Amino acid sequence: MANTSRSKRLMTTGGLIFLALGVILYFAKEPMGLNRKIYDLPIFLIIIGICFAVKGFMAREKTEEEAALAGKNLTEFLANNAILIAMLVLVVVICILQPRFMQIRVALDILTQSSTKLIMALGICFALLIAGTDLSAGRMVGLAAVISASMMQTATYANRFFPDLPQVAVWIPIVAAVVACMVCGALNGFLVAKYEMHPFIATLATQVMIYGACSLYFDMPPNNSQPIGGIRPDFAQIGQLRLFSGLWKGFPGISILIPISIVICIAIWFILNKTVFGKNVYAIGGNREAAVVAGINVFRNIMFIFILASFLYGIAGVLEAARTAGATNNYGNGYETDAIAACVVGGVSMSGGIGKVGGIVMGVLIFTVIQYGLQFINVSPMWQQVIKGVIIAVAVAIDLTKYRRK
Amino acid sequence: MSEYLLEMKNITKTFPGVKALDNVNLNVRRGTVHALMGENGAGKSTLMKCLFGIYEPDGGEIFLEGKKASIHSARQAMDQGIAMVHQELHPIRFRSVMENVYLGRFPGHMGVVDHKAMYEKTKALFDDLELDVDPLALAGEQSAAILQMMEIARAVDMKAKIIILDEPTSSLSDREVDHLFKIINRLRAQGVAFVYISHKMKEILEISDEITVMRDGTYVGTWPVTDANGEKLTIDFIIKPMVGREMTNQFPPREGKPSDEVVLKVENVCSPLKKSFQNVSFELHKQEILGIGGLVGAQRTEFVEALFGLRGIASGEITLSGKTYTNKSPGFAKSRGLALLTEERRATGIFGILPILENTVIANQRNYAHFGVLNDSRRKSDADTECRKLNVKTPSLNTLIQNLSGGNQQKVLIARWLLTNSDILILDEPTRGIDVGAKYEIYNIMLEQIAQGKSIIMISSEMPELMGMSDRIMVMCEGRVTGFLSKGEYSQEKIMAYATQFAGRKDSAA
Repeated sequence: MANTSRSKRLMTTGGLIFLALGVILYFAKEPMGLNRKIYDLPIFLIIIGICFAVKGFMAREKTEEEAALAGKNLTEFLANNAILIAMLVLVVVICILQPRFMQIRVALDILTQSSTKLIMALGICFALLIAGTDLSAGRMVGLAAVISASMMQTATYANRFFPDLPQVAVWIPIVAAVVACMVCGALNGFLVAKYEMHPFIATLATQVMIYGACSLYFDMPPNNSQPIGGIRPDFAQIGQLRLFSGLWKGFPGISILIPISIVICIAIWFILNKTVFGKNVYAIGGNREAAVVAGINVFRNIMFIFILASFLYGIAGVLEAARTAGATNNYGNGYETDAIAACVVGGVSMSGGIGKVGGIVMGVLIFTVIQYGLQFINVSPMWQQVIKGVIIAVAVAIDLTKYRRK
Repeated sequence: MSEYLLEMKNITKTFPGVKALDNVNLNVRRGTVHALMGENGAGKSTLMKCLFGIYEPDGGEIFLEGKKASIHSARQAMDQGIAMVHQELHPIRFRSVMENVYLGRFPGHMGVVDHKAMYEKTKALFDDLELDVDPLALAGEQSAAILQMMEIARAVDMKAKIIILDEPTSSLSDREVDHLFKIINRLRAQGVAFVYISHKMKEILEISDEITVMRDGTYVGTWPVTDANGEKLTIDFIIKPMVGREMTNQFPPREGKPSDEVVLKVENVCSPLKKSFQNVSFELHKQEILGIGGLVGAQRTEFVEALFGLRGIASGEITLSGKTYTNKSPGFAKSRGLALLTEERRATGIFGILPILENTVIANQRNYAHFGVLNDSRRKSDADTECRKLNVKTPSLNTLIQNLSGGNQQKVLIARWLLTNSDILILDEPTRGIDVGAKYEIYNIMLEQIAQGKSIIMISSEMPELMGMSDRIMVMCEGRVTGFLSKGEYSQEKIMAYATQFAGRKDSAA
């Protein structure tokens, strides 16, 4: 017991120290001429401090058994958080090499870049949780992007996809794009649930079909496979709007993508943890046969899993089209592998039944931070690829050793 | 040379939150069968896994032929002459028997397999054990008994000095057990030692030379089966140290009688498969325990699975509480008040990687949900009450169910179905692989449910259990109902007579 309350106290006091340090630095940086050396570090320290203090304060006392089961020694702690620690070390190194990294704007950039990736990863995690996978995710993004963009061009644009289309309300193409994706998702679910096809095969088949269908649509005259441009500003706002910009001098504003992804994140957390459907997903992933015996309607649940996932891909596709104010049939290519990588680094098991939303958020952030950070200190993109691959291998290797007991 | 072939001294093994083994000893002599006994969760399997290099003990030493042995993997164990035949065998189903026997050590040169040599060696090996199996047959098509003997053949070929048999007879018929014992006796005469894990007392008294008993991860003692005066140990003598108490009554007393009200009426139900159950008819009364007896292959499991909607039914009529019932799906069966505890706990019962909480409430989620959103506190309190009532031994509801012993897992599964408040409980081998203490608890739960107005269908392959618990016994053979016995006329001979009314035999004799 003493042990747990000590860690709680440690967290609270540590948080308060960070907080105090941040406040002091905040007021000291101007007179001491540190502005160009530490940038927004004080604000980060204050935020981190508050988080820790609140977490330490709110942490519920663990029972003795839980404390005994929880990681008690240092090696276990390191193994459980290896990738997170590696990321923190990297961030510190980058901050030392390039103090400009310590800016609110950088942090917001990273969050913005993580947003669509997170939505993708949250969709694909459902397929992973039932020990499957979803190869069609990236192509669905492309499909949603092309469909929504094709209906959202300005009246004066020379190269319109539908020359005679009136200026429709923004929600119509969004719904059309998302529904198209959900139909594809339903096909995935049907193949997997009805014929017990492995999701790898089922989604491979739909992936190819979707790309083909999307290309046919994209190739329709008068467009003939030209990139879709001239996007209406009201549609582009959905991906480009910045909230609170100019709140103070130099504040770039919070991209609308961040609150969107946070809302989706909370919704998915709720679905997985607080609904019958979420519990059924874990059960089907844990032991499909036992789920059948327990009276769970596996067919319906699997259908719903793939439809829900494709709903998220559809949203991600619309946001991509809006953010970039354009679309081609190659949008979203390969997004699924990034999403799967983020999930597995975040602790989602490929053999099903294991995975948490918190882990997935962490997995996505780790990838973006590392990618952004490496770019920031001018590491070549080729090396970035190598490092990304190493991260996946190491993270999953460490994760698996947790489950292997000897 | 040491007196013992194998000595395990003061073996200790701790898992997070559980001390699985606490200074356990095991000494096995050359050319003997050494029975290892204890309730489920006593640590027998853990001890054997330590010997076989699957687990690394935290403390203690292992000596082989007097020399200290270091075993860190199954491979090392095999190299030092230790072989293990697991309770549940997982052969490579789509490869031949001989490839399974020589898996990992195919005969050949420079990576090219010599199939002819493999065939001949396997043939010789099987002939030696009087096994009539074609080495080229697919492993997946063999019976459990053949697979087991195949594993033993493999051990023999690897010159194993010690063969661990984990519940070898749990899925064998009497004849197959006889064959297995013949093989054991022959190998024992050649100096091979066996560690024999089983719950079946009679078998152990028949085959073993010495018995070591464990309880709750500790060593209780070792006794020779036949003492100096040539007297055999009695079953009661073994049970006493195992449970730490005297077992006077194997079955709790049954109070009250089944009512006349019929809750389930099955008429001429046939499977779409010709070889499965055909023309099954019976009535189940309220507050009745109907036992279903029969041999392995009597299609009892198939029948109850069909009743629950896991398999198809081609024809026949089922009336459930006065209304016609169709076996649409398990979910529908559940909604009509049926519950099924399956035979294969691990394969179709537990969700190993999920906590006890989820395992307990999974079949009853709808009752905790408002528009699909769950009420967490009610789930927890219900699971907690039910698990406490059934005396599930666990540190917390968040413990993964795979870390519990078989008996406790079974209790969680029963709790799952009690929560659904079903009228008819179908229990398929409810006490299989469970220790004596937990068995008694499960019998008590069954009687409690009966007292509350529920009805039970129980499949059991253990005759004493069938006769001790049932109000009526229905016996099946090759998918047909061959007879009913009511309380008072039970005897093993009568059940056996019904269970062996093979139709095929008569035809071939004629």
